Amino acid sequence: MAWFKRSKEGITTTTEEKLEVPEGLWWKCPSCKKTIPTADLKENKYVCNNCNYHPRINSVEYFWILFDDNAYKPLFEDLRPTDFLGFKDLKSYQDRLNDAAQKVNVSEAISVAAGLVHGHKLVCACMNFNFIGGSMGSVVGERIALAINHCIKTKSTLLIISKSGGARMMEAAFSLMQLAKTAANLTRLSEAKLPYISLMTDPTTGGVTASFAMLGDLNIAEPEALIGFAGPRVIKETIKKDLPKGFQRSEFLLEHGFLDFIVDRKELKDKLAEVMAILLQEK
Amino acid sequence: MTYLDFEKPIEDLQEQLDKLRKIGENGKVNMASAIKELEDKMLETRKGIYSHLNGWQRVQLSRHPERPYTLYYISQLCSKFIELHGDRTMGDDKAMVGGIGTLDNESILFIGQQKGINTKQRQYRNFGMANPEGYRKALRLMKLAEKFNIPIVTLIDTPGAFPGLEAEERGQAEAIARNLYEMTLLKVPVICIIIGEGASGGALGIGIGDRVLMMENTWYSVISPESCSSILWHNWNFKEQAAEELKLDAKSMFDFKLIDGVIKEPLGGAHNNPEEMAKILKREIKKHLIDLKDFTPKERIDNRIKKFSAMGFFEE
Repeated sequence: MAWFKRSKEGITTTTEEKLEVPEGLWWKCPSCKKTIPTADLKENKYVCNNCNYHPRINSVEYFWILFDDNAYKPLFEDLRPTDFLGFKDLKSYQDRLNDAAQKVNVSEAISVAAGLVHGHKLVCACMNFNFIGGSMGSVVGERIALAINHCIKTKSTLLIISKSGGARMMEAAFSLMQLAKTAANLTRLSEAKLPYISLMTDPTTGGVTASFAMLGDLNIAEPEALIGFAGPRVIKETIKKDLPKGFQRSEFLLEHGFLDFIVDRKELKDKLAEVMAILLQEK
Repeated sequence: MTYLDFEKPIEDLQEQLDKLRKIGENGKVNMASAIKELEDKMLETRKGIYSHLNGWQRVQLSRHPERPYTLYYISQLCSKFIELHGDRTMGDDKAMVGGIGTLDNESILFIGQQKGINTKQRQYRNFGMANPEGYRKALRLMKLAEKFNIPIVTLIDTPGAFPGLEAEERGQAEAIARNLYEMTLLKVPVICIIIGEGASGGALGIGIGDRVLMMENTWYSVISPESCSSILWHNWNFKEQAAEELKLDAKSMFDFKLIDGVIKEPLGGAHNNPEEMAKILKREIKKHLIDLKDFTPKERIDNRIKKFSAMGFFEE
């Protein structure tokens, strides 16, 4: 006879919900297991006070971290995804889109906003991992292209914060062409001599890494983020060997020459402002 | 000749035809009319089968073991050709080949993934899966062509960029991303042609051009039908369905305006008549090169950006 009985069978928390920073009063760090008040976590720029673990956060949190007085203008929110191909696997793409729209408080896998960072004009396109794994569909590509236009129009710096499982299979070749589209549009930003800073966060893989994420004037990353082209599982299956410790993490990429530096979330804003001031020769 | 599962009726007819011909050769019975009848039937059957291919059957044809590869086409098309090697940094990728040559006395640069023609060669060519140095070699050669104002043709045939440990260490993603960016800005005409498999970033890494064309029996998409099945259906058995859902065939891609044209193949696919296929390919390349000459470099670059920017679907 058990002392306690499960009222519900099995684990009911979905992966998406687990990855979210909880809304409750307390937050338990998945890395050091320490429980800290959620308010303290926010105060610490969403970094674990105890072990410096960087949990996955969304655009709203990044915008709060970055923009002066939390004042920013959301852009291109009217642009919405559709199931143009009528793609259906075990579930239809339309159902996936409806589910995502219901479950999460963002309109797509990327949100764009414009504002000031210590007085410097910044357009930030930030990916939302909780929207279909931060996958890149047509809306992600189009919002990035529009963000680039906005930068050129307003002479702003572009920051893209990547957090993505890669391309969105349910948009098939349209998804693939977003790699070409984003890269092509970045050439225009370059021509306008405006800085593009690419911040890679955990995880940045697949088509996102193989396009705009690796094309920054500066490529930077948060500590210990998984960054790569192929996922670790695929590589493991290909080479039939265990992968070395730290493989495809930020520190590994820095060592191999693909990052300019690794930045702690707590220092992100100051560091960005510093970079912009030097590059643009603004005081 | 290797027959695919859906080509069974053709294989059967071919067997009958071979038997009749043998009897005819013995000279005892006149088989001419029977042979003629069977040949007509064969043609009808083939036309019937190849005019109604589904996505998965196109994928099978694109991977046909006798399908011609990049170096074959180069040898047929170029009167002169000098293969050039190496990325000048790391090594020479055998999965990505390239070089300068002449096409009817006009200088041209060819680049493409190369698959092997037998087991040993397949390994040597890493099954047409390039490493970062392959993409960097491709870019080096394209820059060379640009410097001397030579048009570029890329022949795409890959099951994907190689997902290996060293590939990650050397920046597979960066190499592909760099090519997308740099190819957008190439001042010379660029024609990209899918001649077999066009798998995702590995294909796109040499796929940014003024004209992107697909041969009739090829595929081009964000993922292979097998991998798509394994991820979305959680097992490998839904590849046919995945191929349908992905709409990865040339006609769909053209209808979606994701490519600029479809190149017809000889009846039964390129491997049924490689020489004819090479002739058709040459005609297409020359036609597009002539068209592209009318534009200034700036116009070509602007059009390239405009074209790729228009790709996508959404509600406003």
